[in-house]
Amino acid sequence: MYTELNSILNTTPDSFTQGEFVLLSDRQSDASFLIHHFLSLYLRARCKVCFVGLVQSFNHYSAISQRLGVSLTQAKEKGQLVFLEGQKESLSVLIPQENDTGSQAMDFLRDPSVGLKSLYEFVRSAVSSNAVLDFSHYCRAIVCSQLQGNVVMLVRCDGEGEEDEGDDEGSERLMKGLTHQCSLTLHVQGLPTGYCRDIHGQVEVCWRRRRGDGQYTQKKLFQYKVHDKGASFFAPGTSSAVL
Amino acid sequence: MAAPMSSVGKPSAERSPFNNTSFQKKTRSKLISIPGTRPSVQNGQLLVSTGVTSLDYLLGGGLAVGTVLLIEEDRYDSYSRMILKYFLAEGVVCRHELYVAAAQDNPDDILQELPAPILDDVAMHKPAEQPRLSREPPDALDAMKIAWRYQNLPKVQTALASSSRFGHYYDVSKTMEPEIRQAAKCHRFYLPEHPTQSSPPHSTMLESYSALLKSLQEVINREGFDVAAPMSNSRNILRIGLHSLGSALWGDDLCCHDNPKNGRALTTFLYGLRALLRSSLSVAVVTLPSHLIQDRAIMGSITRLCDNAIALESFKGSERETNPLYKDYHGLIHVRQVPHLNCLASKLPDHKDLAFKLKRKQFSIERLHLPPDLSDTVSRVSRGELAGATTVASACGSGSSGNKHLDF
Repeated sequence: MYTELNSILNTTPDSFTQGEFVLLSDRQSDASFLIHHFLSLYLRARCKVCFVGLVQSFNHYSAISQRLGVSLTQAKEKGQLVFLEGQKESLSVLIPQENDTGSQAMDFLRDPSVGLKSLYEFVRSAVSSNAVLDFSHYCRAIVCSQLQGNVVMLVRCDGEGEEDEGDDEGSERLMKGLTHQCSLTLHVQGLPTGYCRDIHGQVEVCWRRRRGDGQYTQKKLFQYKVHDKGASFFAPGTSSAVL
Repeated sequence: MAAPMSSVGKPSAERSPFNNTSFQKKTRSKLISIPGTRPSVQNGQLLVSTGVTSLDYLLGGGLAVGTVLLIEEDRYDSYSRMILKYFLAEGVVCRHELYVAAAQDNPDDILQELPAPILDDVAMHKPAEQPRLSREPPDALDAMKIAWRYQNLPKVQTALASSSRFGHYYDVSKTMEPEIRQAAKCHRFYLPEHPTQSSPPHSTMLESYSALLKSLQEVINREGFDVAAPMSNSRNILRIGLHSLGSALWGDDLCCHDNPKNGRALTTFLYGLRALLRSSLSVAVVTLPSHLIQDRAIMGSITRLCDNAIALESFKGSERETNPLYKDYHGLIHVRQVPHLNCLASKLPDHKDLAFKLKRKQFSIERLHLPPDLSDTVSRVSRGELAGATTVASACGSGSSGNKHLDF
């Protein structure tokens, strides 16, 4: 849980908006540090969390959360956290065995949902854009509307923005579809001026709220630096290395 | 979706304790020390050497067990192949097991070309040499005129000991002796010899990749590299070398077309490879002819899927070969990605302008140093010749060749 990000998003462990669909996306950068923020935030708020890890193993998240002050192993034992090891499940699909008992990967999608918060990481390698869009719509319908929970999803888009995507399965289409569905977007990018050791990139936060008469979109831009025990966010140009 | 833990229908094997991946903090479990590995000073990760000490330094001390190193090949696949051979040779010296897969050359040919280690202070068990030793000293007596006090000492230590050093040096002009090489256990996967199986109907992977993944899993399970396997006294590391993945010889059209039909075959394979590696004591080095891939988006996702990624750009055949500025080096090396395992921040190298040169006894990677031009007629080299790729806005190091252009 990064305190600066909490103040930016106006969230505290005690009060945050329910029924939100948060989209984390990155372009040629790595937004996984935001996943740790949300994970520790929700665990501190004593919500039930379901985490689908498709990129890294449980130990990775556990080690980092330890440094952020949250113990994943304890949460798992107490039943507050359900961690689904997506990598191992996917292996059973990619290498089909002769005696498959039927517990295929993505089977947990069909399980009834009781949890309040869900965090997902997606690697677009093996899943088509349509499947991701369907899945996110399904998540949103069940978790956000019915159960008043929050969904946080991390999607990586790889193409450069100006590329002309001829085929339908472009990452742009996926990003647009997901951005339309979500209420809060955090888009992580590298600095437009190039690589810098002290500023790791910029985060664009976009709120899409539905007021009475229409959509209200608010955007803010921050720069960030990731260090060992967290991340610091600051307005562009006010990095401690510069001032 | 979340579900109460009791109703999730997972087999009980999944409930095994948390340490069922190869990433374990050193303090939490008793790691049996495996020869040729050492824990990282940054996060306690178990590291192996790539065989090239300067590359080890670039990757943060070594290659973490359970990760993939992607090497984007240079145009003629000379230096990337060299690094692959260094990696396998290091495995032989450290007594690790090897797994070599190739579609173009027979893995046996690759194994025969491994460079010879410089073994002045490392003891290697050579069973064939022992009977010869007793006969040699009488001949050698004549040779020692100055160091005559040492003539009675045995020439080669016959003690059986694996090397405790991390990272060795190799002599590229000689190939490894067959006795040393055959002491190491090698598994081979040569695509033309592998029987083609029908791929499952819903899979996005190609047959060749499916067969390779399946073969890898079989080897890992059979030889006991799986972390979930019962801990025996001797654990070893499996070094996997995959040569030229993605090329047309694997049946992939990624390098042939602008919009490949099987765009996701390689990325699916890499995802499966990573899942395999995370749950076993193995390391993989994958070389990829990236200069043939037109679609940069797919290249980006391939890079993302591999934990470590470097790209080699050799000067051979380009106009830079004759450029006096680059005369000391053989090519440039770009670090595309460095992993951050068990920690938030990754340690990218401070400098983006790195160049390599292959000397006889060392593959060295240095910062590209442009000395000031002190000649009378300062020739102004145009920026287009010097600068490599244009700067890409990225914090994760899809870097430029960023030379220091001293513009006077």
